[in-house]
Amino acid sequence: MTYLPTTRDEEWRYADPVALAELAPASLDVWKEITLAPGETRAKCLILDDDYPGIHRVRLTVGEGGRAELFAAISASSYTRLDVEVRLAKGAHFEFGGVTIGGGAATREFVTRTVHAEPEATSHQVVRAVHWGTATGNFLGRIDVARGSQGTDAAQDFKGLLLERGASANAKPELEIFADDVKCAHGAAIGQMDEMARYYMAARGIPPEVARKLLVRAFIADAFVALEDEDEQEKLLNAALDALGDAA
Amino acid sequence: MLEITNLHATVGRAPILNGLSLAVNAGEVHAIMGPNGAGKSTLAYVLGGRPGYEVTSGTVTFTPNPAHAELVEASGAAPAPRPSTGSGRAEVGEAVDLLSLDPHERAALGLFLGFQYPVEIPGVSNVQFLREALNAQRKARGAEPLSGGDFLKLAREKAGLLRMDMEMLKRPVNVGFSGGEKKRAEMVQMGILDPAFAVLDETDSGLDIDALRIVGEGINAIMRNPDKGVLLITHYQRLLDYVRPDFVHVLSKGRIVKSGGPELAVQLESEGYEAVAA
Repeated sequence: MTYLPTTRDEEWRYADPVALAELAPASLDVWKEITLAPGETRAKCLILDDDYPGIHRVRLTVGEGGRAELFAAISASSYTRLDVEVRLAKGAHFEFGGVTIGGGAATREFVTRTVHAEPEATSHQVVRAVHWGTATGNFLGRIDVARGSQGTDAAQDFKGLLLERGASANAKPELEIFADDVKCAHGAAIGQMDEMARYYMAARGIPPEVARKLLVRAFIADAFVALEDEDEQEKLLNAALDALGDAA
Repeated sequence: MLEITNLHATVGRAPILNGLSLAVNAGEVHAIMGPNGAGKSTLAYVLGGRPGYEVTSGTVTFTPNPAHAELVEASGAAPAPRPSTGSGRAEVGEAVDLLSLDPHERAALGLFLGFQYPVEIPGVSNVQFLREALNAQRKARGAEPLSGGDFLKLAREKAGLLRMDMEMLKRPVNVGFSGGEKKRAEMVQMGILDPAFAVLDETDSGLDIDALRIVGEGINAIMRNPDKGVLLITHYQRLLDYVRPDFVHVLSKGRIVKSGGPELAVQLESEGYEAVAA
């Protein structure tokens, strides 16, 4: 890698330029390469907390009919980014669930690039961002549907929950489609905590901090529902919710 | 048990309650009736501490553990009621300054607010919600939390009382419930939380005839008790056929303009608010 990305580069548009100057280029060259054989299924969970801040890059190649599942929670208190590049062969599936959560001034982001290289591959991505302070959560999801990749079905779903004024969330789907028979869905919504739900909980005796935790848990849980292993699901949720402790 | 004195309250700067006074003793059911816009729901929300409902003057004292007259006599002296604040516990006969407490503290002391429009909470099941609520209340009172098994047993019993399918309690709070199911679920919540005092805001609206009877019987089963009190806010006399009030009050323009026995509700039903409240 010879050049240093800047926020003028589309994929780095919402990144933290100061952190980037420190981390890059050393960490840019480090890609974890994973190849799934045809028909193989593999699931991986990542907790990117203060033990694993910085830039993490994963390159997945999924063989015909294979299934790759990746679930990640980013809760580190400094700039943290997970880059995922996926190449899907015929009929392969990519499942992604991500949560960025945290306060302070840090940027936490997921950047995925999913290449539907052959027909009938599917991908499903769900990202939730919960932030406060002046923190930022991002999801940049690029989908490339190669020429002839008919029957592609790709979906991206992003929701942001901002607990305080000053926090922000950015969602950017990017689609490049070179086939006709293709479904590519994407949705994004950013909102605040439901005050009436908080009051309803209080009226039943639930203290505000517990109510907030329950509501945030319900909000982020969508990102991990596709994870079959309930213990792993619980671990990810708890890792994310631990970060709530210092929320205002 | 609940004493409201000269209460004034505003919602977004608009004065809604204008000097409301009311006392409910333990063992009593009071009905509050009144035309639209009289301030009935505002009264319920003020008692429940909803943000945005501001008390500008007046007091509300709550005695969650009323002393039985015979016990007081036996002890030779009445405990001197003194307002206390900020705790989920109240001694027998202790009067608490309700307005100084946060909503969850009021609930922990035993105040239950039945919502006119119960709130939907996607992603949080009724079981999870109610277990958190009950155990938060128990914790505030210094009691041990209820185990998962014991909680489910309790929930099943109370759901049965209101003839609600237990499966519904596994679904997210009020999500996808019909208007009547939401009201019934409110009463299941009340049964599980077993409050000392209930303020029920139009619990009868949205209920069909059979559901009205079931809910009425549920209120009686849960709240008709010498240690408990109920403030029933309603538009219609019908619920009062099932939950017979000891007193009926007419609320108009933020004050109680007339009080009487159950016959007042019948008179209102036949003559209308305007004629009776004038």
